[in-house]
Amino acid sequence: MSLPHDAGYPSLTERLTPIEAGAYVISASFIGTAAVFALADGAVLFVTEEGELRVPAHQGSVNVAATGKNVLVTGGDDGKVLRFTGNDTPEPLGAAKGWIDALAIGADGAVAWSSGKTVFARDGKGEVKTFEAPSSARGLAFAPKGYQLAVSRYNGVSLWFPRVTGAPKELTWKGSHIDAMFSPDGRFVVTTMQENALHGWIVATGGHMRMSGYPGKVRSTAWTADGKWLATAGADAAILWPFQAKDGPMGKAPKELGIRPARVSRVAAHPKAGVVALGYEDGAALIVRISDGAEILARNPGDGGAVTALGWDGRGDRLAFGTEDGAAGVVALPEE
Amino acid sequence: MLDAAKDDKTPVTVLTGYLGAGKTTLLNRILSEPHGKKYAVIVNEFGEIGIDNDLVVGADEEVFEMNNGCICCTVRGDLIRILEGLMRRKGQFDAIIVETTGLADPAPVAQTFFIDEEVGRKARLDAVVTVADAKWLTERLKDAPEAKNQIAFADVILLNKTDLVSEHDLEEVEARIRGLNPYARVIRTQKCDVALDAVLDKGAFDLDRILAIEPAFLEADDHHHHHGHDHGHHHHGHDHGHEHHEHGPDCGCGHDHHHDHGHDHHAHEKPGFEHKDHGHGEHSHGGLKTYHDETMQSVALEIPGDVDPNKFMPWVNELAQTDGANFLRWKGILAFKDEPRRFVFQGVHMILDGDLQREWKTDERRRSKMVFIGKELDEAKLRKGFEACAA
Repeated sequence: MSLPHDAGYPSLTERLTPIEAGAYVISASFIGTAAVFALADGAVLFVTEEGELRVPAHQGSVNVAATGKNVLVTGGDDGKVLRFTGNDTPEPLGAAKGWIDALAIGADGAVAWSSGKTVFARDGKGEVKTFEAPSSARGLAFAPKGYQLAVSRYNGVSLWFPRVTGAPKELTWKGSHIDAMFSPDGRFVVTTMQENALHGWIVATGGHMRMSGYPGKVRSTAWTADGKWLATAGADAAILWPFQAKDGPMGKAPKELGIRPARVSRVAAHPKAGVVALGYEDGAALIVRISDGAEILARNPGDGGAVTALGWDGRGDRLAFGTEDGAAGVVALPEE
Repeated sequence: MLDAAKDDKTPVTVLTGYLGAGKTTLLNRILSEPHGKKYAVIVNEFGEIGIDNDLVVGADEEVFEMNNGCICCTVRGDLIRILEGLMRRKGQFDAIIVETTGLADPAPVAQTFFIDEEVGRKARLDAVVTVADAKWLTERLKDAPEAKNQIAFADVILLNKTDLVSEHDLEEVEARIRGLNPYARVIRTQKCDVALDAVLDKGAFDLDRILAIEPAFLEADDHHHHHGHDHGHHHHGHDHGHEHHEHGPDCGCGHDHHHDHGHDHHAHEKPGFEHKDHGHGEHSHGGLKTYHDETMQSVALEIPGDVDPNKFMPWVNELAQTDGANFLRWKGILAFKDEPRRFVFQGVHMILDGDLQREWKTDERRRSKMVFIGKELDEAKLRKGFEACAA
């Protein structure tokens, strides 16, 4: 299939529908056919072919958002946690005293959130358990199997089983750990750090993996659909760490995709194919094939500042993005 | 880096002060005055309540070490998270005030703005304002090391509750403050009644606003002192042992720390250097009484001409490594050989920030000055090292 060219790239920019979000975009995702944007002014914006709908969600600001297939969970300054599964009234899931700092969506309707040191896990039946982390929780991630939550904080990660009484399993590494994630096969836990690096543990053995060399902080990560690669932001290219081997990426060189003279700010893996979408600090977005590094321009650099949110729909036909100054849009891939 | 994005950055004022000194009073004054500005306020979780403002965020004062072997590269993790959240709301506020607990060390708060790239890009540290209780400060300086840190670190000190002490006692406590930090502006207040422009938007950490590093009480606009030059030496008369901290070569403060010594160590007095040695205890500067402190002092050094950047830069980077843990604040304005512009730098412990600024004016004498505020400062060693950098 041949595409028109723009700025030296094969381009989808003619298939971009711009959206005026009007505030810093925290997350961009899809619920059904609607593109959904959680915004720092406290609203959640739904955009369909029929039009736009702004749902006031939080007093103050949406602080964090977690997205899943046809679900968006938001946490606000108001200490509330809300779940959207359509553009009607969101379901209140819980509350905390201060800002909601981190969120995670698990299997079977489970959701976790944290405020300061207090971590809450709510299972699909609505039962909420709490856990006091040793220091403020910065990131949360459910294990792909079993009801288990990784809580990243200062000096490591606590692996908490909300249904099990007793101390959580501690993975320690000196430093401040920010976002947490499990690999899709559950064998690895990886964190982004205050330093310009990632840290990883082999869960079974506690073995360490250190992934460094970034010029900036890594604030966005995504596992590819096949679980073989962890795509990361924080450099003038997406850095993809190979996780095919037993010991993860140790001793192997990462792949660099989408090298441009601007730092990658967001990454989003295609839900089916070996393709990643990359958002840059200059507002550009590329879609890149992992196997050969082939690049397609999805958005030209320009107004709106850095790309702060990026998300595919469930089939991988459409890509939604948003920026720090409130520009947003949806790019439709050509039908093949 | 000079000032390109400065105006886009949100100014952040840090309020420190020992328990009960009047921080909350000052905060409420700032918030209630009809200045038309909106503030986001970050308070500590143990803070007094009763702050009347739309945007008040509770912080938990989590201080952590950067994972780089620098024991004094500490930052406030909660502050990074909160500032990140606040910076997403354009137009909701004009400036940020961070209130710290009475026991807090101001250094991690200040270092957060230099170490975290994202915070540094969106926000700038404006000034550290310390509220001190005129009646109790002298006692606190004896029994509370935090109180001493807060005075030594400050850009502006509100000497509050002056109505509760005599003029004699006020002069005594001011003499104590000058002994710790002659560079801060001291303002006497009752119920923190201060003109807000004296505490807000000071630009004390802006490199291009570090115009002079004379002691504050020599400033021409000061109410009771004449202007003077070249006598800003404050030090104690004996050497203290130095703690040397070891750091790996990859100390990731975001700044280069060179390990090669670029200076020679033999002392040679150069003509034109002025060193007035003072013993311990009381003496006066420009007619003002100053009490020197056993552990916390300031040192001012001057070379009446140029320094060689090829000697100075390695020396200063090495000094940050070896002695930075003891330096609370340090600053310099330097004339580099064959460089028409002034080099200005400032440091908080081991973190240094420096740049070439405006050109020396034709009627301005090219000279190189450094000041240090810290504990157990070895003036002889600092002077020797600095003099060896002379061009």
